[in-house]
Amino acid sequence: MITFKNVSKRYPDGYMALNNIDLEVAAGEMVFLTGHSGAGKSTLLKLIAAIERPTSGMIAINEQNIAQLKLSALPYLRRKIGFIFQDHKLLFDRNVYENVLLPLQISHFDNKMIASRVRAALDKVGLLKKEKAMPIALSGGERQRLCIARAVVHRPSILIADEPTGNLDVEYARDIMAMFTSFNQVGVTVLIATHDASLLEDTQHRILSLKQGKLAA
Amino acid sequence: MISAWLTQHGFVFLHTLKRLIASPVTSLLSISVMGIALSLPTGVYVLMQNIQNLSGQAGHAPQMSLFLRKDTQSADVQQVEQRLDRDVRILGHQFVSKETALQQLQQRSGFSNVASSLERNPLPDAFILHLQNEGAESMRQLQTELQSWPEIEYVQFDSVWIERLDAFLKLGRFAVLLLATILSIAIIAIMFNTIRLQILTKRDEIEISKLIGATDSFIRRPFLYFGAIQGLAGGAAAWVIIAYALSAVNLELVELSNLYDIQLQMQLLTLEDGVSLLIFSTSLGWLGARLSVANHLWQIEPQ
Repeated sequence: MITFKNVSKRYPDGYMALNNIDLEVAAGEMVFLTGHSGAGKSTLLKLIAAIERPTSGMIAINEQNIAQLKLSALPYLRRKIGFIFQDHKLLFDRNVYENVLLPLQISHFDNKMIASRVRAALDKVGLLKKEKAMPIALSGGERQRLCIARAVVHRPSILIADEPTGNLDVEYARDIMAMFTSFNQVGVTVLIATHDASLLEDTQHRILSLKQGKLAA
Repeated sequence: MISAWLTQHGFVFLHTLKRLIASPVTSLLSISVMGIALSLPTGVYVLMQNIQNLSGQAGHAPQMSLFLRKDTQSADVQQVEQRLDRDVRILGHQFVSKETALQQLQQRSGFSNVASSLERNPLPDAFILHLQNEGAESMRQLQTELQSWPEIEYVQFDSVWIERLDAFLKLGRFAVLLLATILSIAIIAIMFNTIRLQILTKRDEIEISKLIGATDSFIRRPFLYFGAIQGLAGGAAAWVIIAYALSAVNLELVELSNLYDIQLQMQLLTLEDGVSLLIFSTSLGWLGARLSVANHLWQIEPQ
């Protein structure tokens, strides 16, 4: 599903974020990515959605090499991925419903299905009663859940989350992890970057550890 | 898929309208700027149209006189007449025989003595042609053509006033074109800047849309709609401005018409010209937006 071969990423200022990464994530797998801040977790996730491009090496998603993907092909790659951003990236001039609607509009979904899709996604994250609310009126945990609803509404095959439990208390964090597990159970490949060790204590899923741009064994 | 596409366009259209209405002062200001800019060349154009109409109304359908050779027989005259009939440039013609011409001369005061003192009729047979006004150039061409016919002695055509009107109208059209070009560029520049500011304020939205898989055309669409709708509204404003200005002029003309006892009324913009104006202004708005988007959108790449 996701393959990295000898992938390195050096930023224009000379900083080496990732150094010679080899990685294989199977379809339907759930994987945690851990490490200190600055270890390259975000960079690795961004490479999968081609938000950043590798300096060298090969990245394949569904056997498609995306390192050399043309700019015009990028949107279609990103539609296969649900991305939960560390800084949420919500639209503050649109309400909850309209925020979740955006991915469906972007991929030209049929009008009749749109409303039920949006409500199903909001229901899954427990925000159905707040569909008319503006994001500014939501709590941190609710914003995080809104972000998740937007990431899964178009039913992507890959779900990527960058620090999804960042500033949440333990209870909220556990709720959100349960959501990811349930998405994984219906076949979605899930990749979660976190520095929160408490999340990983009793997990049976694979844990990848990044240290200074390298994967630790 | 097509219905999804239509829904998408409908949504963007409504969304853009809402945005225009949400900031009424800004929208009205930029629409009036466009309207005023467009009403200048359109106004001069309407003026030219009216002058052209007026010159036609005054009964100045151009005439040309053909004088035949003295030795022409009635068979020749018939042949000439047939040929004149076939020519589409000639609306009508009137034969004046030498006898009729002499009679007319005798009837004119002061000439009766002169005419009766003549031993024989010195006048030739003649045709008076009524022509379609297609400009001095084509009329002079017709004149040379007719001059080459063997039966014809001389073709008389007074083209000076037509040439003057022609030159005046030509100058007017040039002025319209010049004004239109300059002000079109101004409108494109205004739209370019308006859209640039919008792109800056919508930076987040553009970035997020790109991150979740929006194509460039999806991101461009609302800005293009915005440009086109503002262009359309600007064109409509110009139409309204001109209609009001002309009705005001017509009110003044009523008094003048009464004094001179003639019909003087300015014609308003025809429906056809009005629709052309709207299409033109819509395209200008769209073009300004398109150029702006092409210039600024690529600079926003998600990081």
